[in-house]
Amino acid sequence: MATLELKNLHAEVVEADEKILDGVDLQVNSGEIHALMGPNGSGKSTTAKVIAGHPAYEVTEGEVILTLDDEEYGEEIPEDKLSWNLLDLEPNERAALGVFLGFQYPAEIEGVTMVNFLRQALNAKLDEREELFEDEDEEEAEADEEDAGYDTSPMEGPADEGEVDVAEFQQILSEKMELLDMDEKFAQRYLNAGFSGGEKKQNEVLQAAILEPSIAVLDEIDSGLDIDRLQDVSNGINALRDEQGTGILQITHYQRILDYVEPDHVHVMLDGEIAMSGGAELAEKLEDKGYDWVREEVYEAA
Amino acid sequence: MSSEQDQLKETNTEERFAFKKEESAAVRSDKGLTEEVVRLISEDKDEPEWMLDRRLRALEHWQNMPMPTDWPGQPDLTELDVEEIVPYIRPDVDKREGADSWDDLPEDIQDTFEKLGIPEAERKALSGVGAQYESEVVYQNMQEQWEEKGVVFCNMDEAVREHEDLVKEHFMTSCVPPSDNKFAALHGAVWSGGSFVYVPEDVTVEMPVQAYFRMNSEGMGQFEHTLIIAEKGSEVHYIEGCSAPKYGSHNLHSGGVEVFVGEDAHVQYSTVQNWSKNTFNLNTKRAIVEKGGRMEWVSGSMGSKATMLYPCTILKGRGASANNITIAFAGEGQNIDTGAKVYHNAPHTKSTIESKSISKDGGRTNYRGLVHISEGAEHSSTSVECDALMFDNESTSDTMPYMEIDESKVDVAHEATVGKIGDEDVFYLQSRGLDDDDAKQMIVSGFIEPITEELPIEYAVELNRLIELEMEGSLG
Repeated sequence: MATLELKNLHAEVVEADEKILDGVDLQVNSGEIHALMGPNGSGKSTTAKVIAGHPAYEVTEGEVILTLDDEEYGEEIPEDKLSWNLLDLEPNERAALGVFLGFQYPAEIEGVTMVNFLRQALNAKLDEREELFEDEDEEEAEADEEDAGYDTSPMEGPADEGEVDVAEFQQILSEKMELLDMDEKFAQRYLNAGFSGGEKKQNEVLQAAILEPSIAVLDEIDSGLDIDRLQDVSNGINALRDEQGTGILQITHYQRILDYVEPDHVHVMLDGEIAMSGGAELAEKLEDKGYDWVREEVYEAA
Repeated sequence: MSSEQDQLKETNTEERFAFKKEESAAVRSDKGLTEEVVRLISEDKDEPEWMLDRRLRALEHWQNMPMPTDWPGQPDLTELDVEEIVPYIRPDVDKREGADSWDDLPEDIQDTFEKLGIPEAERKALSGVGAQYESEVVYQNMQEQWEEKGVVFCNMDEAVREHEDLVKEHFMTSCVPPSDNKFAALHGAVWSGGSFVYVPEDVTVEMPVQAYFRMNSEGMGQFEHTLIIAEKGSEVHYIEGCSAPKYGSHNLHSGGVEVFVGEDAHVQYSTVQNWSKNTFNLNTKRAIVEKGGRMEWVSGSMGSKATMLYPCTILKGRGASANNITIAFAGEGQNIDTGAKVYHNAPHTKSTIESKSISKDGGRTNYRGLVHISEGAEHSSTSVECDALMFDNESTSDTMPYMEIDESKVDVAHEATVGKIGDEDVFYLQSRGLDDDDAKQMIVSGFIEPITEELPIEYAVELNRLIELEMEGSLG
C-alpha cells in the first residue's frame, strides 16, 4: 500500500519558459483506479512526466510525495524512509520506489532485446531499492566494497547476490506474457523497435506487470488501439490492480477505455489544474456534454 | 591452467629471456630508420636473402613517399616522430625484461584489465605479457588438431622459415605491395611477428583460430604481419585480439594484413583492438577474393590518438562478395578515421559496408569509404550504411563515402544517419529503473549489437566492457 500525493504542483517547460501546470492537487492510493481526463494541452501528459522526473520540465512550486507502507513485498522499510518527495530524486530512484510511467510514445531501442532489457531493469530496480532503504553506515561499507573492483570475469556471468538470474527471469516473463496474451516471440525482439502502436502499449503494461509498481501512471495507453487490443490492454491494467494492488492513474481523452477499466475516481483537468473530480459517472457525463460544460460550470461557480 | 602448462610456461619464459638478451645488444646500438637497421632486423631473424631484398625495397618506398597530409578531415600526424620508430622496434634490454612482469606494466593498463574483470591468465594474454606463450599454445593446439588436413597456423617469422615458398609467393606482392602507401612501405621494411594461416582446398576449420599480440615488450606486436591463404572451397575464421595498449615515448602501430580468398572459399577476419591514447594506429589490411569467394571483415577500433584503417577487398572473380562491419569509438582528443574499401572488378560481385561510430567529449570519428565498380562488373551491387552516435555537441562525426561507378548495370545504395543519444530514450530507460550511465550504456550496446553478434562471446563481452569503461571515462 502506497500513496502518491500531488500538492499544489506548478511546472513549466525548461526551455520555453512556458507554464503548464498551475497548482495540481491529486491523491492516488495503491489499489485504486483514477482517470485523469481533459482536452489536449490541458497538462495531463505533463503531470505524468513531472511525476516520473522528465528533465524537460521544471517544478516551480509544490510537492510530489510518495508515502510507502512499512512493509512491501515482504520487505521491511525503515521508519525514516517511508515518505519521499519525489522531486528530490532521479527518475530511476522514483522507479525503484515503485512509481511507473507508461508512455504514450515509448522509445524504440534497437539492438536491445526485450528479455535483456526487462531483466536488467528489474535488477536495477531491486538494487536501487536496497540502496535507498539502506542505513548510512551500511552505505559506506558498500562503497568500500565496490572500490575493490570486480572479482569474477563478466564472461562467467553468474548473477550477483540478490539478482534475478536468467532462468528465473524467463519464468517470470513467460507468466506475465501469458497473462497479457502476448506472443512469446516478443521476448527476443528489440525493445519497441518496429512494434505496432498496439504492441507498444501492450509492452508498457507488460513492463508494469514485471516491475510491480505501487503506483502506475498510464499516459493515453488507449490511443491508437483497435477494440481487441483495447480489451487486452484493459485486462492487463485490471490485473495490475487486482493482482498486484497497483494504484492506477489513467490518463485518457476518451470514455472508451473506462468501459473496460472502471475508475473509482475521475478528474477533469483544464488549463493546468484539476477543475472537477467525481466518480465513474463523471466520465459518462463528459462523454455526453464535452469539456466545455465543465469549463462553464467551474467559471460560473467562480 | 594445469601445472604441466605452468611448467611449460616457466621454461618458455626463461628461454625467451636468454634469447632476447643476446640479440638486443646488437640492435640497440642503431638509431633512426636506416638500411643498417633493416639489415640488422633481417639478420637477427636469420631471414633468406629475398626477404631482406623486399625489406630494403620497402625502405626505399618509405623514404621516397610523402606523409599523407591533405585528405579532407584527415587525422593530424604531425606529432608522429618517425625518428623514434626504430628504437621502438628494438627496445632496450631493461624495457623488454620489465614488461614481461605484470607488475611492471603501466598502472592504468593493469587497471583497465582489473576493471574488465578479466581473469589474470587472460589479462596477461590481452596485455601482451604472456601473449608469446599463449600464442604458441594456440598454435600448437591448432597444429595438432588440423595438421593432418594440412592446415598451418603459426608465427609469421616461423612461416618464413618453414613455409618459404608460400610466403615468398604471397608476402607483400600482389595484395599489399610496399608501394601501396607510406605506412605499408614502413611495415614492409620493419615488419616482425604476426600470424600465418594456410587452409588447403576444401578444408573447413570449424573453430575460430585466434591470436593475441604482445605490445609492451618486443616490437613485433607493433608491426605484425598477418598472412591468410584460404585455398579453393575452404573456410576459416581468424580472430585477432590486440587489446594491448602501449604507453611511453614510442607509439606507432603499423600492422599489415593480407588475405587470399580462393574460389568459393570463405574467410572471416575479426579483430577487437584497444590502444593507449597516445598511439598512432596506421594499418593496411587487404583481401583478394576469387570467383564465388566471400570475405568478411569485422572490427572494433578502440583507443589510439589517431587511427587510419580501411580494410580493403578486391573482388576479383565473378560472384565474389565482401561484408564489412566496423565500429569506432572516439573520446577526448581522439580521431578515429576508419571505413572500408571495395573494388568490384568482376560481374555479379556484391558488397555490404556497415559502419558504426560513437563519439563523446569532443572525440572525432570519420567514416571514409571507397566503393569502386569497374566497367564490365555488371549486375554488381553494393550497400553502404553508416550510423554515427554522438554523446554531446562537442563531438564530431563525418561521413565521406566515395563511390566510383564505371558500370551502369549495377545496384548502389548508401544510407547515413547521425544522431545524438536521445534524451527521450535515456529518460524512458531511466523511468524503468536504470540510472543515467546504465541507460546510455544500454543504448550504445544496442547500437553496436550488429558487431557484437558476429563475435565469439568473450570478444563481444570484452568489447562491451571496453566501451562501458570508455563511457565512464575511467580508462583515461
